[in-house]
Amino acid sequence: MTTLPIEPVPAPPPSIETPSTEPRWASLRGVNASDRIYKGVLTVLALFLPLLIVALFVQLFVSALPAIKRFGFSFLWTSTWDPVAEIYGAAPMIFGTLASSLIALLIAVPLALGVAIFLTEFAPRWVRQPVAFLVEMLAAIPSVVYGLWGVFVLIPFLRGYVVPTLKALLGWTPFFQGVFYGNSLLAGGIILAIMIVPYIAAVSREVLLAVPAAQREAALGMGATRWEAVWTAVLPYGRAGLIGAIILGLGRALGETMAVTLVIGNRHDISLSALQPAYTMAAAIANEFSEATTSLYLSALFEVGLILFVITVVVNAFARLLIWRVARGAAVGSKAL
Amino acid sequence: MSGRTVRRRIASGVMTGLVATLSFTAVLALVLILGDLIAKGASSIDWAFFTKSPVPAGESGGGVANAIVGSGIVVGLAALIGLPIGIGAGLFLAEYGAGRLGFLVRFIADVLNGTPSIVIGIFAWTWMVKPVGGFSALAGSAALAILMIPMIARTTEEMVRLVPHSLREAALALGYPRWRTSLRVVARTALGGIVTGCLVGIARVAGETAPLLFTALGNLNFTTDVRQPMQTLSLQIYVYATGPFDEWHRLAWAAALVLMALVLILAMVARWVTRQRHDRVR
Amino acid sequence: MTASANVRLRLETVRLTALFDRTAAVREVSILFPAHTVTAIIGPSGCGKSTFLRCLNRMHELSEGGWVTGKVLLDEVDIYASDVNPIQLRRRIGMVFQRPTPFPTMSIFDNVAAGLRVNGRRPHHEMEEAVERALRQAALWDEVKDRLHASALELSGGQQQRLCIARAVAPEPEILLLDEPTASLDPAGTQRIEELCHELKRLYTIVIVTHNLQQAARVSDYTAFFYMGRLIEVGRTHELFTKPQVEQTEQYITGRFG
Repeated sequence: MTTLPIEPVPAPPPSIETPSTEPRWASLRGVNASDRIYKGVLTVLALFLPLLIVALFVQLFVSALPAIKRFGFSFLWTSTWDPVAEIYGAAPMIFGTLASSLIALLIAVPLALGVAIFLTEFAPRWVRQPVAFLVEMLAAIPSVVYGLWGVFVLIPFLRGYVVPTLKALLGWTPFFQGVFYGNSLLAGGIILAIMIVPYIAAVSREVLLAVPAAQREAALGMGATRWEAVWTAVLPYGRAGLIGAIILGLGRALGETMAVTLVIGNRHDISLSALQPAYTMAAAIANEFSEATTSLYLSALFEVGLILFVITVVVNAFARLLIWRVARGAAVGSKAL
Repeated sequence: MSGRTVRRRIASGVMTGLVATLSFTAVLALVLILGDLIAKGASSIDWAFFTKSPVPAGESGGGVANAIVGSGIVVGLAALIGLPIGIGAGLFLAEYGAGRLGFLVRFIADVLNGTPSIVIGIFAWTWMVKPVGGFSALAGSAALAILMIPMIARTTEEMVRLVPHSLREAALALGYPRWRTSLRVVARTALGGIVTGCLVGIARVAGETAPLLFTALGNLNFTTDVRQPMQTLSLQIYVYATGPFDEWHRLAWAAALVLMALVLILAMVARWVTRQRHDRVR
Repeated sequence: MTASANVRLRLETVRLTALFDRTAAVREVSILFPAHTVTAIIGPSGCGKSTFLRCLNRMHELSEGGWVTGKVLLDEVDIYASDVNPIQLRRRIGMVFQRPTPFPTMSIFDNVAAGLRVNGRRPHHEMEEAVERALRQAALWDEVKDRLHASALELSGGQQQRLCIARAVAPEPEILLLDEPTASLDPAGTQRIEELCHELKRLYTIVIVTHNLQQAARVSDYTAFFYMGRLIEVGRTHELFTKPQVEQTEQYITGRFG
């Protein structure tokens, strides 16, 4: 629309600092191949991940196919696991996986949410770092070490103090029947609980930290007590994320192997009593894979692996979607080992 | 103060106390476990423990030298394979991850992070043990690398995303091509965080047992040949813990203490690196 | 109206329109930037000044959904021609941003040399000379000559911004674009940089975006007033501020709206 009214501008005084005006520059034309190469290399590396998950699913399915063809859906509800007669049913393992995870959640969720809420809302500054650090350390303990502790410390403790108490109080329910020999669904559930507490706590903490301070402050400004502010303003806001954290913990519990196989008893049996030995899918694979003598046996174990894989993928996908709604795609929980 | 307010104050105090108690219970578990590790394991640790390999069943003595070296080799090899792919995927997500492919890769990484390691183990068995006909440390490393990659990808992405956009713009305005901006400016700034993520991933993988059961298998002898089965600390603990001998149980505790110490040292180093960078950037 | 014969034009825009997806942030701006002058771009927040500036070195297209119609001529070459490489272009045009952005992992020396290193290898002594020259031009040499290898983060805010200026001038660009360079500085730092503008225009052609009218009056030869993406008026600074031709300009300058 308008242009500058141009007047002659005095030439710059000659000085040693004046840059030369000869063309020093590479031509303005041309393309940058290096950018495309970079993007290409990174894309190839990144494609490894989708490739991996597809390969996992396909390979498990193919290896499980003989068993799937032989047993069909009855695999899911048959309780017999007889390598001699070659009849395989995964029902006890599925039951044990779900039951042990349920027990684990019942114990872990209050503990983990308590830790998360405590750390984000109530703890004085000097307590926060050490407690957070300690909880993170819990996540660093390898599964097999938990199992070791479970066998030699937890189970004797349960046998000596906890189970007699439980039987005295709740022995009339079907959940605490029978003789307690140590390796049991209960022991499995408790160990799992301790193992998933740091995970749920870490993710919950990040979810709670993502809640805008304005929420909390608005409630406090209206005269709410500390706890009321948390209960009415913070928790509902982060509810989706917290549920996601819990489901993530569930996903972890479903797949835990070493600690569970050391304490759960490894028996193909379904029983309502938590005092009885049980089995989980992961533990069964760990225990029996090297002993699978026939190809059908192996195939049945692969089918167990397939079921476990599918369940954990679904659970994790669901959990992540919930968490994304609160934390918007951040790598929440990545610091939790 | 009205009665209702008093009740609310009390309720708040009670809930605060409850929450604090729950926290301390959780911490208590950790203290107990670590305490037991030290109490039961420390007495068995001597120089022989670190330098000798296991002795035949029933005899006393022996150590975990083969397992320590084995862990180092298997985990080291896994890192060699897994870190480049993981960091590359993470850089992809940070640089080009805004679109649909990025969403897919990110989502899959998160889902893979929750996949049971035993499943990865039998997957690696099918690809690396069955066709070859033998167990090997290499197969174990492959399994651990598969575990590591989605973890490292996400932590790398997160750390790179933290670099302020203005730095990227400043480099681009200078005429930096995109690849150079991404590597020499952005990734370099995020390097401390990336390294921390890698160390944490390595620490996590160092404790794994399940994926090694059918790949590296374990070995009572000392070996450094990656095409042979190899022992790791985690596998050794499992063997000792499930064995019938008290001697073995004693050794299991000691091995667990050593493993725990190694994992903790890695985690500490990771934190130290973060703080170093943090202080410098400040 | 055309330029007189003996004046060299460095940069010229011809009906430049900058858009974010469907929304135009800059509309049909045609303006000339003569060599060795300082042109200030003023206007209320959101009027498109920064967006316009970023079009001059093709940074706008790096924003989400950013694209451009019209032409920008650098020495008669349209930088938006399809065969022009924007990366090469940006090496000829230096830019300094609102907040100082030194590269945190690099030393002072490396920060200044950063723009040089992308242009290919040079022998080390040439590099040292170039860095010293750039730091002198940015009036920072005396303060850092003894600690060239210290971290760039040890400098104060004002020093960091001058470091960014040194970094931008080290490759000897032809044009310098300054996007509110003193916005995050204290008065002393602001003054240093304004003095720099006077000195630097002997070497470069400068376009400075500022929301500070007094700064524009102090620093520039020409001033352009933008409003709602359009160029409302442009002229010699002194005249624009004392006898604006367009009413809107006068209203803005006298503070009737901000």
